[in-house]
Amino acid sequence: MVTELQIPPLLTRVVLAASLLSTAILVGCDSKSQVAAEPEPVGGPTVMRRLTESQYRATIADIFGADIPVVARFERGLRAEGLLAIGTGESGMSPFSIEQYDAAARSVATAAVSPGKRAVLLPCQPQDDQIFDAGCAERIVSDYGLRLFRRPLSSAEQDQFVATVQQASEQLHDFYAGVKHALVGMLMSPDFLLRIERSTAGESDTDGELQKLDAWSKASRLSYFLTNSTPDVELLRAAAAGELDSEDGLQRQVERLIRSPRFEAAVRAFFEDMLQYERFADLAKDPSIYPAFNSQVAADAREQTLRTVVDHLIARQGDYRDLFTTRKTFLTRSLGIVYRLPVVTRNGWEETQYPPDSHRVGIQSNIDFLALHSHPGRSSPTLRGEALREIFLCQEVPDPPANVNFAVVQDPSNQSMPTARDRLTAHRTEPSCAGCHKIMDPVGLTLENYDGLGSYRTHENGALIDSSGSLDGPDFNDVDGLAQALHDHPETPRCVVEKMYRFAVGRDTVWDERAYMDYLIHRFVDVGYRIPELMQTIALSKNFFAINPDSGHGVTNKHASAATEKEVRL
Amino acid sequence: MSKFNRRTLLRGALQGIGVGVALPLLDCFLDTNGKAFAATGARLPVRFGTWIWGCGFIPELWVPSSTGRDYQMPEHLKPVESYRDQLAILSGFDVKLDGVPNKPHVTGCLGLRTGVPVPNENVKAPTLDVLIADQIGTGTRFRSLELSTSGIQRSYSYRAAGSANPSEVSPLALYKRIFGEGFQDPNAMAFTPDTEVMVRQSVLSAVGEERRKLMRQVGVADRQRLDEYFTSLRQLEQQLALQLEPPAPVQGFVMPDAPPSTSLDSEMGNVMQNHKLMSGLLAKALQCNQTRVFNVLLSDTTSNLRRPGATTTHHTLTHEEPDDKALGYQREVAWFAQQSMLAWKDFLDELSSIREGDGTLLDNCLVLAHSDCSIAKAHAVEGIPMMIAGSGGGRMKTGFHLAGGADPITRVGLTVQQAMGVQVERWGALSMETNRTVTDLMV
Repeated sequence: MVTELQIPPLLTRVVLAASLLSTAILVGCDSKSQVAAEPEPVGGPTVMRRLTESQYRATIADIFGADIPVVARFERGLRAEGLLAIGTGESGMSPFSIEQYDAAARSVATAAVSPGKRAVLLPCQPQDDQIFDAGCAERIVSDYGLRLFRRPLSSAEQDQFVATVQQASEQLHDFYAGVKHALVGMLMSPDFLLRIERSTAGESDTDGELQKLDAWSKASRLSYFLTNSTPDVELLRAAAAGELDSEDGLQRQVERLIRSPRFEAAVRAFFEDMLQYERFADLAKDPSIYPAFNSQVAADAREQTLRTVVDHLIARQGDYRDLFTTRKTFLTRSLGIVYRLPVVTRNGWEETQYPPDSHRVGIQSNIDFLALHSHPGRSSPTLRGEALREIFLCQEVPDPPANVNFAVVQDPSNQSMPTARDRLTAHRTEPSCAGCHKIMDPVGLTLENYDGLGSYRTHENGALIDSSGSLDGPDFNDVDGLAQALHDHPETPRCVVEKMYRFAVGRDTVWDERAYMDYLIHRFVDVGYRIPELMQTIALSKNFFAINPDSGHGVTNKHASAATEKEVRL
Repeated sequence: MSKFNRRTLLRGALQGIGVGVALPLLDCFLDTNGKAFAATGARLPVRFGTWIWGCGFIPELWVPSSTGRDYQMPEHLKPVESYRDQLAILSGFDVKLDGVPNKPHVTGCLGLRTGVPVPNENVKAPTLDVLIADQIGTGTRFRSLELSTSGIQRSYSYRAAGSANPSEVSPLALYKRIFGEGFQDPNAMAFTPDTEVMVRQSVLSAVGEERRKLMRQVGVADRQRLDEYFTSLRQLEQQLALQLEPPAPVQGFVMPDAPPSTSLDSEMGNVMQNHKLMSGLLAKALQCNQTRVFNVLLSDTTSNLRRPGATTTHHTLTHEEPDDKALGYQREVAWFAQQSMLAWKDFLDELSSIREGDGTLLDNCLVLAHSDCSIAKAHAVEGIPMMIAGSGGGRMKTGFHLAGGADPITRVGLTVQQAMGVQVERWGALSMETNRTVTDLMV
């Protein structure tokens, strides 16, 4: 296996994407000892990331309390290189989003200084509500500055916000109004809305030219990665005390965060991103074709899969690959209608198993996936095949060729071609289409037993659906076969490892990180494909915090993905 | 009117004295030519907007058979016959790909709007509406407003790659954004500047002063993103500054009612309803100077429009529907193309229903309507259909059909920008780079 392991991982991915080689090149196998230690860190650029909507809301809830209203419509995130997490490091900020941040900031600050809240949330009271109190203002600015900027304020910043309290207090004859406006100022600041990372020089250690993140930036990286929210008081304390720079100190904090209840939010955030759930905002189904679809079904569908993921990966410490074969799931009554399964619980969620004859197995047979990757009025083997490859296997499917002769494709109601398989077979006679459809369709066609909403069916336009298919390996006849193929696919664990790391650092991997990626993958295999352990490995690795000032955003694996495209076209 | 200035007002308010100012609503604000406000001599504002419909056209039903003024209105343009004099029909202008892969429905649309074809959504230059907004839109409450009427939360208005301006998709949300908190009725009898607003403005201004310090701390790519943040912050400051001044009265402005809650999806009937409601609100917003720039997306470029109960959407139909033997074209696709032009008529109706000066709001607008491709079945970016409506306050000539003869489509974008006062001599890249305006359009 040694020679195979020396193939750069991205090239391995390319070859496997085309499914031309046998699946013998398995990651892991019996080569654990070779990669037990982390390779020398190579690092990437610092990334200036915007808080996502869920991070913004969680941050406010952590700092001000869960009952503080955030009244705003958030701009939709940018998806870049397959992840919203990477888009947070690339997206700009439109006038619309600033308007909305302003609305959010005012709703938060107004509630925070309200008579019912001020005694709880503010560390001090002024002598007279109507008069500026310098000592109290300084404490408030210093406390909330640390929490909101995730680092101590500079003395200039401290003075600036205290001056804001003073001016506004005097203009409005109300100390609390002054505090409110200073809080708005902090909440509107780029230091709050963006995670601006700062690095320190590598000094005398063996990293050469590499730099490291400063302790505050480390705390933010850890916290948003492991809790999808802002550093808590204990993490800030550890950062201030320099504990994040020692292995022991770092390990204590990482283990604490992973064991905390807040860890679930991080796992949810990752899977919401990976599963492209922002697309629910645009999801519509024709009510006359899919009368069972409504906004409750849509909301429950995404929650169903997230519950399954969290239960399996965290509560049961399960093998990631078993997500594709598990029959364990969670249902509500409105979902029961679509799945045609009885749900006893009247309100809320019921833990249950898909019966063996229910034709449901694994999260890829849940309706969130099936409905998101369909048309409003019908299913789509092509969209589902493409999504399955891109989401779970990290295989890029190129765009369709621009200039295509579609003359061979017939009307879907045409009786000579009643099923999607018939229509796509006609389509694949076109050589320029055939290459990619060969990649997408065989796996998508196995999911044709689910209509555009995800309900099970055996016939389309009166004809029996043939759900045979294949996925880079043996053929199968049904969704059970597909489930096993996804479970066993060598790209399945590699893909989630790559996505998790990119999610953690908010950028694409750089070329020099391929040895590090191999390390992560082997560790993932060693720990039984457990996601919490993977996240712990990343958070504890030197590379996670290493900064290479010379590796700009542009130094990504562009040539590798170009090769992917070429290979996939075969 | 001109005796009080903003400074005295603010000073009064700062000292905590509630100041109420009565503004007389004059019977005639306009001068005798109907081109300017009599009281201030300011010209009626000129507005710019784009209106996009997805998936092109059926050429034989859309392209007039002759050029010039006396063309016969083709079948699909018949709904806008009454706007003949205010319309320029532009056919036969091409996006030149220069070997750039054509990402279906995106490359054509963004090539037309940025002058540079791109194989994805990573634009290499701002879209022309943003360039124009920087010229004419900085003094209003909103630099631009984006609307999408088929439930798709996106726009084709980009300041840079990764920085699209998001669209409003709900009439009610659009109403609240324009006419909710922060809106000043231009014809209100009393004006009292709000001290709270003044404080908010100075808080934001202090945040803005961090700009230079932060710029030094980040890399080049992030500097551009931070710059954008500060530009957007300035718009918000500008909104607050406007609230501290008495708004200029607007003759005939009546506050619109809140629209009903509607279904936000791509079913054609719902789209027509949402589009009409949102166009009406936009026209009102333009009338009372809330914005001077807008971008309307009737249907996305991969149009998901559909008929109730139909399994297949507009875009999918363009690829899958066989030609009707008798008609010689795709019957269902033609229906969506026709509906799109009916929506275009609705849009023009809304703009022209508002009297302004001696004409209508439409006369003081310059609207560039376009699609993303010509023949959607083949994703062709040659001959993308375009129209110009309104003369931009007399800055454009209309009333004819012009055939582009395979000229680069950037000639139109360049002409429009120059008409809107953008200082640009040359626009576009490679084969699309041009310094040739469309003289027929120029006044």
